[in-house]
Amino acid sequence: MIEIQHLSKRFGNLQAVDDLNLTVLPGEVLGFLGPNGAGKSTTMKMVTGFLQPDAGRILVMGHDLAKDPIAAKACMGYLPEGAPLYPDMTPTSLLRFVAAARNIPSAQRASAIDRAIGLLELEAVRDQRIETLSKGFKRRVGLAQAILHDPDVLILDEPTDGLDPNQKEQVRDLIRSMAKGKVIILSTHILEEVEAVCSRAAILSEGRLRFNGLPSELRERSRFAGSVEVRFEGDLPTEAFDVLSSLANVALVEALAAEEGGQGWRVFPANGQPILFEVTDHVRSHRWKVRDMHVDRGRLDDVFREITRPGETANQAQQKA
Amino acid sequence: MRGTFVVLKRELGAYFGTPVAYVFLIIFLVLSGYLTWNLGQFYELGQADLRPFFAIHPLLYLALIPALSMRLWAEERRSGTIESLLTLPITMGGAVLGKFLAAWIFIGVALLLTTTNWFSVLYLGEPDNGVILAGYLGSFLMAGAYLAIGSLVSSFTKNQVIAFVVSLVVCLLFYLAGQPGVMDFAKGVLPDVAVEWVRSLSLYTHFQAIARGVLDLRDLVFFLSLIGLLLFANAVVIDQTKAR
Repeated sequence: MIEIQHLSKRFGNLQAVDDLNLTVLPGEVLGFLGPNGAGKSTTMKMVTGFLQPDAGRILVMGHDLAKDPIAAKACMGYLPEGAPLYPDMTPTSLLRFVAAARNIPSAQRASAIDRAIGLLELEAVRDQRIETLSKGFKRRVGLAQAILHDPDVLILDEPTDGLDPNQKEQVRDLIRSMAKGKVIILSTHILEEVEAVCSRAAILSEGRLRFNGLPSELRERSRFAGSVEVRFEGDLPTEAFDVLSSLANVALVEALAAEEGGQGWRVFPANGQPILFEVTDHVRSHRWKVRDMHVDRGRLDDVFREITRPGETANQAQQKA
Repeated sequence: MRGTFVVLKRELGAYFGTPVAYVFLIIFLVLSGYLTWNLGQFYELGQADLRPFFAIHPLLYLALIPALSMRLWAEERRSGTIESLLTLPITMGGAVLGKFLAAWIFIGVALLLTTTNWFSVLYLGEPDNGVILAGYLGSFLMAGAYLAIGSLVSSFTKNQVIAFVVSLVVCLLFYLAGQPGVMDFAKGVLPDVAVEWVRSLSLYTHFQAIARGVLDLRDLVFFLSLIGLLLFANAVVIDQTKAR
């Protein structure tokens, strides 16, 4: 378990982390989201004991990081941002060094190294100098050294950054497979990744915690969540707007924006009532030529923008872009 | 301390796993040999001892040790590996000491390889082996002091070139402090107490004292406490500036 209490860190004029409170339980995979400079990496650096907080307390599996940093560090595995590694070592020699530093008993070192190399599929490059490896392999070596001692806590700063889609999926599989009983915190810029691997999402902005909940709750916050998108073949039937607007559970009907492909309406439900059934009924009875119709699950990037840039609507943000 | 040993082992591996070790050793041996036997007027002096050999050590170290120490922390900071290193369950002191000791042992290896000079004078005459041994000890201690300076300077920056140049200048100041010319100048402008201070801080004076064959505890304490102080400062600097 990780407990972060009233954590603050300032760099000069920048309040990097501002009174952050967060608890992560074993079995949870917490996804850290937030714009660049929101304080994600700074928080992770404090949790792993690299940086000292200005204020606040961090408990890692019951060890106070300020009072017993060695014990706290011993139960964590950490992949720093960009996965920095000693370029002139080989994966095997690096893992040997980490195994010794992590005090893995010498009788178990070889098997721990083989296990990590196997999990990350590094067999082919295990004796090659790290500087000659591709980005994907380097990232996997970084992950291998983080999981080498099978830690209770894993802190992964952008574990899939710079990987190709297959490698991303591989890393996600690995994280999912290790999640049982472990505390995992990972940061990412990919909103969908949080849904794919995390059991909980935390959004930081300007050093403050803006959201802490299930990834599905995040999606449901979107104004598009539950709305029905109806696209028509050819010209829009003129009466469709009035018919859809007049439905009992419909709050609002909007034309689809040009960048959404146009040619249709978006129907918003009132009070979150499911409306697909009603809409389908009318489509059928009016014999409209509908090309595509589906319920929008909500848009993560929209919610993300609302949470991290409060006071600014999606439209303003689009105009800015 | 386990941390010290683990870091020490990795560092030594890094020296010998790259051309750094071999380039350094070859240059150290060629330069020390050339300077001793040609410029040091070994033959002209007609004496079977290693005084000309040890006389060039302060200058040799001045050029070569900053080249060895510049990477100690600057490289870790530049590549970001400092973050991986300092989040391992080892202490800051262990990491600083491990890196320093690895570099010091490496210099020790270089010094060991120069013992061929010793065999040469043994062949040529009957040198005072005690004095030569003291010379080696003094030289090794002085190398440690230079290294500790270099390690501290390297902890301030990400840039190895800056680390090299600044270390060289600082080492030069510590070296010059005891030189007769500098001392004469100091006597003219500084009060006597300050002059004594400068003299007592000079690596050169303490090295000369040991190399003469007089093993005074004070010289030993000077070198070891200077190294200790510099390494302590080294750990504090990294702790304070690692975020950048």
